Amino acid sequence: MTNPFDSAIGLDPNLVVLGIESSCDETAAAVVVGGREVKSNVVSSQVDLHAAFGGVVPEVAGRAHEQRITAVLAEAMVEAGVEDSDIGAVAATVGPGLIGSLLVGVSAAKALALVWGVPFVGVNHLEAHFHAALLDAPDVEFPLVMVLVSGGHTMLVVLVGPERYRLLGATLDDAAGEAFDKVARFVDLGYPGGPAIDEAARGGDPTAISFPRAMMKDGYDFSFSGLKTAVINHVRANPDVSIPDVAASFQAAVVEVLVEKARRAARDVGATGICLAGGVAANSALRAAVEAACVADGLGCHLPSRSMCTDNAAMVAAAGWYRLQAHGPTGLDVGADPRMAISFLD
Amino acid sequence: MLILAIETATPQVGVALASFDGAVASFHASRDRRHAESLVPAIDFVCRQAGVVPADLGAVAVDVGPGLFTGLRVGLSTAKTMAHALRIPMVGISSLDLLAFSARLTERHIVAGVDARRGEIFVATYRRVHGGVQRLTEPTVTTPDVVGGVVEAFGEDCLFVGDGMSRYADTFCRLRGVEMATESLRYPSAAALAELAHSKAVREEFVQPRDIEPIYLREPDATPNWKSAARGGPNP
Ligand SMILES: [Zn+2]
Repeated sequence: MTNPFDSAIGLDPNLVVLGIESSCDETAAAVVVGGREVKSNVVSSQVDLHAAFGGVVPEVAGRAHEQRITAVLAEAMVEAGVEDSDIGAVAATVGPGLIGSLLVGVSAAKALALVWGVPFVGVNHLEAHFHAALLDAPDVEFPLVMVLVSGGHTMLVVLVGPERYRLLGATLDDAAGEAFDKVARFVDLGYPGGPAIDEAARGGDPTAISFPRAMMKDGYDFSFSGLKTAVINHVRANPDVSIPDVAASFQAAVVEVLVEKARRAARDVGATGICLAGGVAANSALRAAVEAACVADGLGCHLPSRSMCTDNAAMVAAAGWYRLQAHGPTGLDVGADPRMAISFLD
Repeated sequence: MLILAIETATPQVGVALASFDGAVASFHASRDRRHAESLVPAIDFVCRQAGVVPADLGAVAVDVGPGLFTGLRVGLSTAKTMAHALRIPMVGISSLDLLAFSARLTERHIVAGVDARRGEIFVATYRRVHGGVQRLTEPTVTTPDVVGGVVEAFGEDCLFVGDGMSRYADTFCRLRGVEMATESLRYPSAAALAELAHSKAVREEFVQPRDIEPIYLREPDATPNWKSAARGGPNP
């Protein structure tokens, strides 16, 4: 398989991409030049709409996306200070995600591509997350180890080059972010669980309770369901337990497994550095642990800014810029793919 | 004025382009509910057949429901984004009004229904007036039994139109004074949407894209989806 980036032909640093993201509960649009320079990055979060339900309600999300998409698009264009005629391509997340949410962004993007007569690019949401970590690291050297941790995913991936990924491992049950949400809900810390646990853990002792580190030594896969159950059982058995201690100890268990496997992966593949991506990449304990590990192992450390951890459209626009030039435009007859997989190298 | 009409509230994808003289080109397909895949290519096709480009459009009309939630969102997101990008106004018309309008040449009262699934129908009643129809009852979501009961009590001859009515044809056929419309009127027509939009355009009854609202008539199922991003949710 030849890598189009080996020749670097066609990488247009002046190509302006409008990105659209609506795969879950953020309606977002962004303008990015040359896959790097973020001109605008507008995110309309629905977190308040779903908080009452303790999780994302698909139909509520779909309705809110439809309601907000036009205003979000307009804001991204105005904030970027670009004219319609400046846009060279429109990229949108086509999957994975909630079908009723994805379709709003895909429909809007295709409509714009038709009206403006520019290419449409369908982007994989997970690949977009990979690009979030690299937006601030233009001259990075491959290979890199990528830890993708969100409410829906936990994956360990080797970035062999732009648009070339090898999967090392993934969660066998709950995603890391899902474990945060479920634990936070069980101990009444609220929704979304990630920031709530992070906050509570600041006042707790991470060594207070010894929660299990599942599959620590074997392979690159993860399992968080047993940890979640251990936390719930511990709290049931010790009703007076300090919640900050529970939060800190639970968080420490998740972080230790993620960081240990990432370090081992970096050694095994000869990576130049470790990247974090996804909503859980905003977790302060995880960021600190990855930074410390990279210093200790002499690795580059690529942490996306906090606004790039959560779902946003700048990462979609950046991924679209790479994808357009590596694979060409996507047909206007494409729909959304809620279970879309990344095409990993063998 | 050229009006682009978009209809995706039912299993059908409908697109029509009309001037004041009537439809210039249209496209209707009703297989597999492939709204998101078909709609934009259909718009492109209809424009090419009519020899126009999107910049020639004067307004975008859209079926605002009630109907399939996902289909509605595809239609509205596409229509609103196009109108916004072209800086042209919009017209929003209900799926039930469209069904009744297409059946307007009857002397009977009209009961228009869109299949709401789960054993229910989105339904409204109309009567013929000069040049069109007048809505008698507001759109609501209810069961075929309730519709049957109301129509029997009403005692007038009625024409039942739309996929919500034809789905329960076996039940409704037995009601006195009820006639079922032909299958060609099963789904709202994009050509009818363009025609109705033109009569609104003459009266300058336009709205801006941000003011177009879908008619859902049903509260969302409030079940959070933990695996949402991972596996795709159970969505209506
Ligand atoms: Zn995400």
